[in-house]
Amino acid sequence: MPNERPWLTVLLWVVLSIATLFPIYWLFVISVKPAVELFSTPSLFLDTIYWKNYVKVIGDDTLRRYMMNSIIISSGNAVLVTVLAFMACYALSRYDLAGKENIFFWTITNRMAPAAVFLLPFFLLFTQVFAIGDWKLYDTRIGMILLYCTFNLPFAIWTLRPTIDGIPKELDEAATVDGATTWQVITEVIFPLARPGLAVTLILTWVFAWNEFLLAATLTSFNARTITTGLSEYVTTTGTEWGTMASISIITLIPALIIFSVVQRHIVAGLTFGAVKE
Amino acid sequence: MRSNAVGWLLLAPTIVILAIFGIMPFVYVLYVAFHQWNPFGANPLMIYNNGDNFRRLVFDQEFLTSIAFTLKFAFFAVASEIVLGYLLAQLFMKEFPGKGFFRTIHTLPLIVAPIVVGSVWRLMTTPSIGIIPYLLKSWFGIDMNIGRDANVAFALTVIMDIWHWTPLVTLTLLAALVSLPKEPFEQAQIDGANRWQIFWHITLPMIRPAILATVFIRLMDALRTVDEVWMLTGGGPGAATRYVGLHIWKLVFPKTDYGYGSAVSVIVLYLTLVMCWLLYVGLVARRDQKRTA
Repeated sequence: MPNERPWLTVLLWVVLSIATLFPIYWLFVISVKPAVELFSTPSLFLDTIYWKNYVKVIGDDTLRRYMMNSIIISSGNAVLVTVLAFMACYALSRYDLAGKENIFFWTITNRMAPAAVFLLPFFLLFTQVFAIGDWKLYDTRIGMILLYCTFNLPFAIWTLRPTIDGIPKELDEAATVDGATTWQVITEVIFPLARPGLAVTLILTWVFAWNEFLLAATLTSFNARTITTGLSEYVTTTGTEWGTMASISIITLIPALIIFSVVQRHIVAGLTFGAVKE
Repeated sequence: MRSNAVGWLLLAPTIVILAIFGIMPFVYVLYVAFHQWNPFGANPLMIYNNGDNFRRLVFDQEFLTSIAFTLKFAFFAVASEIVLGYLLAQLFMKEFPGKGFFRTIHTLPLIVAPIVVGSVWRLMTTPSIGIIPYLLKSWFGIDMNIGRDANVAFALTVIMDIWHWTPLVTLTLLAALVSLPKEPFEQAQIDGANRWQIFWHITLPMIRPAILATVFIRLMDALRTVDEVWMLTGGGPGAATRYVGLHIWKLVFPKTDYGYGSAVSVIVLYLTLVMCWLLYVGLVARRDQKRTA
């Protein structure tokens, strides 16, 4: 869209960005203060920077492992969920399946459950049902990747469906007439047009998996423990190690930022429909 | 015509995964909901109690108030997020210098884990050590005390939620907006339609499914918020921010009252479902009516 006053827009975004960044700035402030200073009179700016929290966090092998787990679990889950949701949305949008609208609504109900009581059945499922000999789904990365589908898959299906529905059916039909297989229609016609929707779905499912706390805290112990859960180990009944927690949080922003900036480039208009339609 | 078998095949993995991780745990919780069960209490056995949990729930004042507070919280948070998120998505549709940069900054809150968000907001707002009450006091002479004033605590949970989740709305609506065909807008401009007319007659009907999906997601997430509010206020002062997710949390963890906790969860799930279903049917039905009219 043309913009008559681009600098006004920039000014507006600068103001909005300050509001957005302030709590994150404050997180950084907490991360570079020794614990005693947190409980004195606050000041907006820093006069000294205390790096010890970061030194401690970066040198910690356990945290590095948690970080790696988080990256693998979130990325694995986001890709799996986006692919499955893409397939499911194509099916819901293009095929005349019996009861498909009910199935569509049912998927979202899986996201509604308040987590606290569901931890127990998940725990039983992971330690008793999916256990073959010594192997258990409990505390495995694959277990978490699959489990996060419960809340991410409904989300992905609901955010992608409008995008797929919005792509005119004439395009599929034209391609089919030209002899394209279903696979070719999905990958060569629908996929490029659905790219903005897919990118947003990928980002947001990644975010939900990355931030998830309750399930990971219950269903992992060490091998598959995620960094978000690792963080909570610094929030204890005897007091919170605010500085350590804040510095880990700041560090965890980095991989997320990299993934964001790579994927966000795809949130741009694909082909315009009119150009392909006629 | 292509065969429906392919359609079912594409849908199958989703159905299988959700059946295993969605239905099985639900059946278990439903079973527990009909029992008196406190596995760490004096009597750890599961005893069938003929729906007593549900009878108890109807008269549970704490539960009923928590439902009312949760609805109020979800309404204010989600309504603000949708309006704000839509306006911001429209702003991102314009061309301006540094667009990618500002978009990344705008999405930053999403990647901060809820427990961390809650912790930071708590440190920012705690009286005497927090920066916000401090600045309000020294710049405007306003006293703000999250630990004493229920309205302040409520407002802060809403503002925190808006800060954290508006970017999600912006992104989903942005994806919907960039996918729209350009022709209707160009045509409308040629016909001399003003901004409001274009929004009301063209944009809104076209991105309505995306808005609906976003409202649903945000609504059900707001209804089961736990971590952030738990860290910010712990449910207080009194029970002012003790939303239903926290209520269940308190039943299950400190009290280990699994039977009753399960019953509350089943009811909350049921209420959420009914609310979303009515919203869904209402909006979809109205759209179809319009189409035939």
